Amino acid sequence: MKSKVKIALAGNPNVGKTVIFNGLTGSRQHVGNWPGVTVEKKLGKYTHHDMNIEVVDLPGTYSLSPYSIDEKVARDYIVEEKPDAVVNIVDASNIERNLYLTVQLLEAGANVVVALNMMDEAEAKGMKIDTEKLSEILKAPVVPMVAVKGIGFKDLKDAIYEEVKKHKEHRHMSIGYGREVEKAIVSLEGDVGKCPGLKKYRKRWVAIKLLENDKEVIQKVRDGGCMDIIKKAESIREDISKKLDDPETYFADKRYEFVDDILGVVLIKGKKVWTFSDMLDKVLTHKIFGIPVFLAMMWATFQFTFSVATPFMDAIDVFFGWLGNVASSNISNPALQSLVTDGIIGGVGSVLIFLPNIFLLFFVLSLMEDSGYLSRAAFVMDKAMYKIGLSGKSFVPMLLGFGCNVPAIMATRTIEDRKDRLITILVNPLMSCSARLPVYILFAGAFFIGIEGSVIFSMYLLGIVLAILMSLLLRKLFFRGKPSPLIMEMPPYRMPTVKSSAIHMWEKGSMFLKKAGTIIFLGVVIIWFLSTYPGGAGSDIENSYVAMLGHWVQPIFAPLGWDWKAAVALVFGFVAKEIVVGAYGTFYGIGDADEENQILRGALQGAFTPVSAYAYMAFALIYVPCLATIGVIKQETGSWKWTLFAVAYMMGLAYLVAAVITAAGHLLGFA
Amino acid sequence: MTRLTDVKPGKKARIIHMGVKGPAGRRYMEMGVVRGETIKVVRVAPLGDPIEIEVKGYNLSLRKDEAGLIIVEVVK
Repeated sequence: MKSKVKIALAGNPNVGKTVIFNGLTGSRQHVGNWPGVTVEKKLGKYTHHDMNIEVVDLPGTYSLSPYSIDEKVARDYIVEEKPDAVVNIVDASNIERNLYLTVQLLEAGANVVVALNMMDEAEAKGMKIDTEKLSEILKAPVVPMVAVKGIGFKDLKDAIYEEVKKHKEHRHMSIGYGREVEKAIVSLEGDVGKCPGLKKYRKRWVAIKLLENDKEVIQKVRDGGCMDIIKKAESIREDISKKLDDPETYFADKRYEFVDDILGVVLIKGKKVWTFSDMLDKVLTHKIFGIPVFLAMMWATFQFTFSVATPFMDAIDVFFGWLGNVASSNISNPALQSLVTDGIIGGVGSVLIFLPNIFLLFFVLSLMEDSGYLSRAAFVMDKAMYKIGLSGKSFVPMLLGFGCNVPAIMATRTIEDRKDRLITILVNPLMSCSARLPVYILFAGAFFIGIEGSVIFSMYLLGIVLAILMSLLLRKLFFRGKPSPLIMEMPPYRMPTVKSSAIHMWEKGSMFLKKAGTIIFLGVVIIWFLSTYPGGAGSDIENSYVAMLGHWVQPIFAPLGWDWKAAVALVFGFVAKEIVVGAYGTFYGIGDADEENQILRGALQGAFTPVSAYAYMAFALIYVPCLATIGVIKQETGSWKWTLFAVAYMMGLAYLVAAVITAAGHLLGFA
Repeated sequence: MTRLTDVKPGKKARIIHMGVKGPAGRRYMEMGVVRGETIKVVRVAPLGDPIEIEVKGYNLSLRKDEAGLIIVEVVK
């Protein structure tokens, strides 16, 4: 029988962790979330000799003190779940900082296997690393690798195998923290050993973390019912800060000192060489060219994704149209026919239609991330975003929102700080996505002949201004304080691989399907039901629940000068905003009306004035994002509360803005 | 007293006081921004903030808000 073991991959961001994960597990992967948080959890499996190995890819972390949710997740897994081995991926070309995490992993009592990746880059920098010596000092296997070229995987698998086999005999490398502090650690260790609630943790690790004033560990000790240890640690901390230094600084210092000592023995440093990466940076973050280059890159991203996506989206549209026809001609029961064609097929179609965009945007985004450009984009735009209460990392998601808010909101995962991320998610739907354009074109063409372009542009501008205001307001109301400090690594530029970008794209796409897809599908079926009943299939839409709802809410919109049709169209726009156009087509009995339809425009001129039309466009821009966006907001915030808040505030804001436009229009003497 | 924000791009400086406190301060320390460390200011972003520094052989960016709290001495 084969034995089953669990291992975890840990390492700093940008060290090639994903490449190693893919290399180890091949296609046997599963992507999900860590329970309770929106941090991605990737699981994979592989077999080596007589061992079935399950691999958990931990989020990229710089250290094991829980600064972000990602790090908390990684640390909890290591100290609570105690995997049989932890593969620590270290960027050889950046070994000094990378070893800091290694030291912490060893301190936590993990069975570490060091995968010393990017050996080629280190060599190119003229660095020479004595891996055997390093292994000896760390008392852990060290495997040199060049993962992108597939070098070192066999050795790594062997090393993991060996490490797991001899697993039980514990041997840990320990850093000495100086005589004074060591005495304190040893004494605390004794107390930790006596506390029954702390049995599963390594005593020395708990002691050190207590002295570092680690809130999470203090909580663990409190939960273990050993208050006296906390008091004792507190008094030792005071002692250390009196005699030596602030304890947190002291421990960080000592760890780096230790790393320096190791490197003194195992590393021959290279000379600083002028690299291609430095050259690229001269241009890409240039004082004058930096921003234009960035904007050009973004423009190219859009052009690429939307021009490539359009034929696929059309094909999906045609396919579901065809499928609907096939279904309707083969099902005789009208109620069932309507459910299948309009409800289910229509529902699945409206989920899948987003896929080409999501796939392509994530493909490009992953290329940008893997190449290192994403950090430069954040670097270049940070100041502007900081002014409105966000961070540079929010810029790309905001910009993607002009394409489609769904992938844009998924792209906020690169923002570590939860507050910054929530604000970015909540204001993102105000970026006018491409689905709103048909609504603008229809109305602008009917009421603002000659100045359509400017009117449509004003909608985009309105969205941006509102996003800025809302971001400032949200910061004031719910997320007090400044955006979190920027602590961002600028990794060297690297050639991204199509394979890893393709995998990334696939993961995001399938996650969207699984998570947001369900909500969208349900929403579409509900809307179908409301627009078909109580009359049943084939009955007039004016007798449906939706129409009743429209009539019922119409008084709210009466001050804005809108009839019940306008209200009902908005209800349909809930599914996807371009459906507003189709809904109007249905009302006026114009089948297959598109946004350029002149008969439809003529009909609208009877129902709106230019002022009420403009207010309606603004309302369509702002009110509830489409179902897909709501689905993805739920998925990414992990909270119904924030999802409902997003819907509610956008409803309120839409009404407010439309009312202001109407009032201002009348004041200025427009009809 | 020289602050990190006063150091011109291309110049090196040694950290003599790390004034960023709290979780962010700890994070900077873990990223190698510790007292005694020699760092190099690489560039300032096009809009004047943030700045990019080289520390422990890699590049890190931080805002002037925090950089202004880091006291350094310029080294040749």
